[in-house]
Amino acid sequence: MFDLIVLSVFNGLIYGLLLFMLSSGLTLIFSMMGVLNFAHASVYMAGAYFAYSLTPYLGFWGALIAAPFLAGLVGAAVERFGLRHVHGHGHVAELLFTFGLAYLIEEFVHLVWGRNPLDQRPPPLLDFPLFTFAGIDFPAFKVFMIVVALGMFVALWLILTRTRIGLIVQAALTHPHTVGNLGHDVPTVFTLVFATGSALAGLAGVMGGIHLVTNPGMAQALGPIVFVVIVVGGLGSLAGALIASILIGLLQTFAIAVDASLADFLRLFGLQVTRATPGWEVWSITLAQIGPMLPYLLLVLMLMLRPRGLLGSRDS
Amino acid sequence: MSARPSLLEVEELHAFYGKSHILQGVSFRVEEGEIVSLLGRNGAGRSTTVKAIMGEVPPQGRIRFKGRDIAGLPPHRIARLGLGYVPENRDIFPGLTVRQNLELGIKDPRRQGRWTVADMFKLFPNLEARADVPGGVLSGGEQQMLTMCRTLMGDPALVMIDEPTEGLAPLVVEQVARLLDEIARRGVAILLVEQKLTIALRISRRLYVMGHGRVVFEGTPASLRADPALRREWLEV
Repeated sequence: MFDLIVLSVFNGLIYGLLLFMLSSGLTLIFSMMGVLNFAHASVYMAGAYFAYSLTPYLGFWGALIAAPFLAGLVGAAVERFGLRHVHGHGHVAELLFTFGLAYLIEEFVHLVWGRNPLDQRPPPLLDFPLFTFAGIDFPAFKVFMIVVALGMFVALWLILTRTRIGLIVQAALTHPHTVGNLGHDVPTVFTLVFATGSALAGLAGVMGGIHLVTNPGMAQALGPIVFVVIVVGGLGSLAGALIASILIGLLQTFAIAVDASLADFLRLFGLQVTRATPGWEVWSITLAQIGPMLPYLLLVLMLMLRPRGLLGSRDS
Repeated sequence: MSARPSLLEVEELHAFYGKSHILQGVSFRVEEGEIVSLLGRNGAGRSTTVKAIMGEVPPQGRIRFKGRDIAGLPPHRIARLGLGYVPENRDIFPGLTVRQNLELGIKDPRRQGRWTVADMFKLFPNLEARADVPGGVLSGGEQQMLTMCRTLMGDPALVMIDEPTEGLAPLVVEQVARLLDEIARRGVAILLVEQKLTIALRISRRLYVMGHGRVVFEGTPASLRADPALRREWLEV
């Protein structure tokens, strides 16, 4: 039992931090533009594929820097040459633009890298069990992911709260016009934030491509849950994104690990529920089965009860 | 016409909200270091005029600042030329501290302008006492001071202030007036957009009255005082 809990916490933490790496950039972009960027998870996927193609030339460590950089360039170009022009036509146009872009990136991946999953391994330096606890091996690569994600949180937080550009970004998240009137180049700030967010998604992709599997479905596997994270965490809140990511990560891994149903729960109180009981199909559904539903349940409840999210600064 | 161009020259300014023709050929000017008021009732087009100058509403017509054509430039470029704007709605950054709000007013941290954070704190000890408090918890009057001080931190040559005394207690109105005096004393020109006459008559060198998207009067405080018919028609409610 104890080893199961330890394993679930560890895996939930890794999954949650992967979500955080994606959502940290997206929550800033969303708060600024007021529009969901559907292509954000596609940039994450592109990061994984960029790393796959770059690793033979640059090695893992080179790719770890170059792939996010490329993803950042893609993000900057998308904002500067695409979104900025669509912006004048309203939020629906922007939404559809990013929606189309997500499919474009996916088809591009199909064309260049094919439809089959690609195998990416952790670098030899990180390909060993770092330590063993409660009978479980903790791979060095997964611990590395945790360190990178937490390092990213600290770095982003310091930049946002301790530097001048960070202050300008914070102010522009909620009051872009006022910031412009004070003489700050808000459009360039937008491009910068978009590029940074995309680079962070790319960084998540480099590690997600190894941790999970590099395949053309990886954007769609994570994309919708990232939206849940930023709504639950609160628009534009980095700390909110971190908390919501870990919460959802743990929620999902624990749910999958628990093979109990309502029938089992009722049995604790001496109520016998058997196949003969009416509604057995419902009583017998296990928590593991509804695990994938939980994030979306949280999304729906959050929007109904607290639309600004856990730590959001702005109503959406 | 003097040989030197005015600091701000607006000629035949038109602006539209959708299909409504809000500004219908507004012309006026502000000289260096001068205090000019733009008066008029609600809906006369005063706020739209400053928004159009700032580029927040697309302007049609000629706007020259320091001899440069600025119509159609993005707001941040206009601000960087030395044109400050204090909007009516007191847009402070609620999550940032008072000090951070002031620091964001600075355009270029490497250049020392006319105003420092210390100056602002000396003028408004209230702000100093609350320097590290989020701007969102300040009172309406304190927020008004903060917005004005924030714009001044950017060292403008002309500051356009939209209804600074709206909804403020008499004591706070007096503080606003003191700040306006101090701004003028340091050689910064002011374009004061107001509905009420009290402060405008006291501090302006010249004033314009707007009605229905046009300038309907141009003169001095004395000439406006001497014209009760004009005040009745365009200003009094």
